Amino acid sequence: MSERVNSAWSPSSREIQRRGERKRISRRQGIIAAVSTTVVLGTLFIILVTSPGWEIVKTTFFDIDYGREVFPTVIAGLWINLQLTFIGGAAIGVIALGLALLRTTKSPALTPFRFLATAYVDIFRGAPLILIILLVGFGVPALQLKGISSNVIFLGTVAVVLTYSAYVAEVIRSGILSIHPSQRAAARSLGLTSGQTMRYVVLPQAIRRVVPPLLNDFVSLLKDTGLVSILGVTDAVRAAQINASRTFNYTPYVVAAVLFLLITIPMTRYTDRAIRQRTNAQSSEGAI
Amino acid sequence: MANVLELSKIRKSFGTELVLNDLSLSVPEHTATVLIGASGSGKSTLLRCINLLESIDGEEISDPLINVDEVRRKLGMVFQSFNLFPHKTVLENITLAPIKVQGKNKDEATTTALALLKRFDLADKADQYPDRLSGGQQQRVAIIRSLALNPRLLLLDEITSALDPVLVNEVLSIVRDLKSDGMTMVLATHEMGFATQVADEVCFLESGNILERGSAEDVLHAPKNPKTQEFLKRVHQAGRL
Repeated sequence: MSERVNSAWSPSSREIQRRGERKRISRRQGIIAAVSTTVVLGTLFIILVTSPGWEIVKTTFFDIDYGREVFPTVIAGLWINLQLTFIGGAAIGVIALGLALLRTTKSPALTPFRFLATAYVDIFRGAPLILIILLVGFGVPALQLKGISSNVIFLGTVAVVLTYSAYVAEVIRSGILSIHPSQRAAARSLGLTSGQTMRYVVLPQAIRRVVPPLLNDFVSLLKDTGLVSILGVTDAVRAAQINASRTFNYTPYVVAAVLFLLITIPMTRYTDRAIRQRTNAQSSEGAI
Repeated sequence: MANVLELSKIRKSFGTELVLNDLSLSVPEHTATVLIGASGSGKSTLLRCINLLESIDGEEISDPLINVDEVRRKLGMVFQSFNLFPHKTVLENITLAPIKVQGKNKDEATTTALALLKRFDLADKADQYPDRLSGGQQQRVAIIRSLALNPRLLLLDEITSALDPVLVNEVLSIVRDLKSDGMTMVLATHEMGFATQVADEVCFLESGNILERGSAEDVLHAPKNPKTQEFLKRVHQAGRL
């Protein structure tokens, strides 16, 4: 036995043949993929550059010198978007967790709050974000309440937080509901109270399970912070808009788009990876 | 001998289906009561009712007090599907309840847990996550998790049904150990040979009631009730006796 393990293993002639065949197939697939990519992308490129308006588009959307000139103002605006994303994201996390817990609790004392949480989620998940931003941004200052800031950045953040809390609450709730009741039964049978069961057994598993969709929402959040520009917040979108309307050259929009993509594409790639890892982990989770 | 558990005429229904029908049972200290019967006869429901995981409809349940959390502090329960917490290590699975429920400090709980793991040959698994363990090891950890709370009564719900035959014995030998230590137990099982070894009393359940009860010798080898005879004949044909 040990002799066979120690001696160098050499593939049989049939295995060598199989490997050769596999290599041939993968080489052929590589060639097909390359040809297909060249044809499709090449065609798109040709359609683009031979279109009648291409010369004008090139100077009004892809003016590299102008792009360089507006870059500092757009990136300063993007800093606002990022701040809004992280500060808003933290607030969203806390509020959404509270809403999700309220919606999944069975405590009779909390029934009115459960009802309110459901109504809240229904309203803010169902209404377009841009309307919420307009209503909060122009409605709240109109109330002329003392002590409530009429700073547009603050109000814009509030509007985004209100809406995203509803989305994220639903994601967390779905995670909580996906934990098998047997986990709860095991925890309760050990004498843990329902609160302890939620805190130490259900929630840690639920959150881990919903990390990929939460990352997805985080990417959307970053993009949607661009919508607060309608209140006059000088974020990346607004900064681009100001520059574009000054010269009727739209290159600033392209600059802003590219800057957003530079952040969101790595984030979505990371999310994809998290989802893959999640799926792999689930396959070894059989016996719970 | 004092009774650890006394149930009289408990009744439980799911919708219109009556699952437990005026069932009475008393379990003296240091004894093992084995519940046998076909699937759907009410064995698991009975165990879950004892632990108050199910509410009892028409009920007289004494000794375990009415406070749900109090009851569960005195009872340990082990499930067919192990139900270890997958996000916690073996050690954390075992120490969670002693720390959070009994208020022990972490060192004390860890010492107890490690002693139990050592006793049942699992000391090297303390820092592993449950998914790295075999089914038999997982179930042994689940038993230890219940034992760490020093329960007055241990409920075992078909704890070997999800295991392959080779692993069954490593789990059953723990139960035999506990039995010889004088642990009071109520267990539902399909392992008739094992039932014969540990049972002080065997109860045959059918449609939510105990049709026949007595020593393992009497119920398993000389059943009087025709339904018990029929059930055991089928078990025998399946090669499980």
